[in-house]
Amino acid sequence: MKHALLLAFGLACAFPTAEVIHEEPSLYGKILVTREAGFLCMQFSGRTERRRQSCIDERAPGKMALHYTRMMMASLLLAPEPESILITGLGGGTLPKALAELLPEAHIDVVEIDPAVVSVADRFFDFQAVGNTRVFVRDARVFTRRALRDGNRYELILLDTFDGDYIPEHLMTLEYLQQTRRLLAPNGVLAANTFAISRLYDHESETYYRAFGPFFNFTIRDSANRIVLASTAPLPDHSTLRRAARSWRQRLAPYGIPITSYPRRFDRAQRWNRDRRPLTDQYSPANVLQRMD
Amino acid sequence: MKTAVVNVLAFGGGFVIMSLELLGGRVLAPYFGGSIYVWGSIITVFMLALSAGYLLGGYLSLKRPKLRTLGLILIAAGVLVCPLVLIAEPAMGWIFDRVEDPRYGSLLASLVLFMPPTIILGMISPYAVRLLVKATEESGRVAGTLYFVSTFGSALGTLGTSFYFVLWFELNTIVAMLAGALALLACLAFAVGRAE
Repeated sequence: MKHALLLAFGLACAFPTAEVIHEEPSLYGKILVTREAGFLCMQFSGRTERRRQSCIDERAPGKMALHYTRMMMASLLLAPEPESILITGLGGGTLPKALAELLPEAHIDVVEIDPAVVSVADRFFDFQAVGNTRVFVRDARVFTRRALRDGNRYELILLDTFDGDYIPEHLMTLEYLQQTRRLLAPNGVLAANTFAISRLYDHESETYYRAFGPFFNFTIRDSANRIVLASTAPLPDHSTLRRAARSWRQRLAPYGIPITSYPRRFDRAQRWNRDRRPLTDQYSPANVLQRMD
Repeated sequence: MKTAVVNVLAFGGGFVIMSLELLGGRVLAPYFGGSIYVWGSIITVFMLALSAGYLLGGYLSLKRPKLRTLGLILIAAGVLVCPLVLIAEPAMGWIFDRVEDPRYGSLLASLVLFMPPTIILGMISPYAVRLLVKATEESGRVAGTLYFVSTFGSALGTLGTSFYFVLWFELNTIVAMLAGALALLACLAFAVGRAE
């Protein structure tokens, strides 16, 4: 009872008008389904608005409600018609659902550590693993290692396992990114939803650089997220990206993705302190660094 | 003098136990992930090892208890920590390839890597109690003080490792430092124990 009151108080502070419509117990922190101003959101208990896990706009459920999910779709500009896709981190299933609609022939594997997330995505966010989509309940690092051993490869990999509050540190190391790179098919593309702020930025950028070489840093003004876009092939030039954006514009419009405005926000300059240590399995204080300015 | 040294050794033992346990998660994560059962495996193995260590330490203390023997225990613990640096990678790779279920994989890896040093570290406390107890009526106080010192060491080991060491040092460096600290404590035990 005391906990429930504290929780209610915490939520009232974070979301003055948010209504909790479901609480799902989980081994990794309770999952809440909230409704606020027409948005249905999945979040972990006590987390603030900036750290929302996944939301849908109930008035326009087909549209992607959050910046970062729309931004992740920019990966299609580098990998135009991927036939095999791996997504780590399910959330409400917005990304796999959209990709399955857009690319019905593609095989989509989703890895999610928390079975409770899979069940909430099914019940409240209308996500089911049907057709060519499969969901694996396991740790992404374990999945990656096994997939490599089994000889599987993906043309597009979307990393979406960070929620701003806690970082699984073994999923932000050079070794993990090198394994993920090996899991990419020739000309495969990686998009990672990561952080744009704090001391972690330099360390993380350097880690991606060591694993992939030059990459696109994709940020927009209204979002604290940044998307790292990397490829095993050389990065395309801007005219190629703009052409790809024009060809995707119609198909992505129903999702509310302003794809043609994205290429000019791709920055391949190394705007971070290159003297920072990359994060490795031996040195990975990501959670400590994230809390340092 | 002897009382102070034994307390220092108990503090050091407690410090190393929790520092190792905390690093356990880091060691296993690249192979077995960060799922709750990885922590479950680590904590299970540490509890099992400590319970066995307490038992062994108690029995060992029956036979001519000496400070130098405590030094030998610390040396053994320091040596058994070293495989974490030397063979953790190949051992975990071997287990990963043979045990499909990461629950049992992480349990097996924890057993192989953490059971031996933690059993030995668990022997320190009961042995230290025996070294300091002179009369039955003071046994509770002596044991209480040693629990306090050793658990306080555990608290600092947890805090130091999670807040600072992982920020300053690589994993292997921290493990090597723990082994070095155990060796230094052993030297202290030998130096003071010589006068016995």
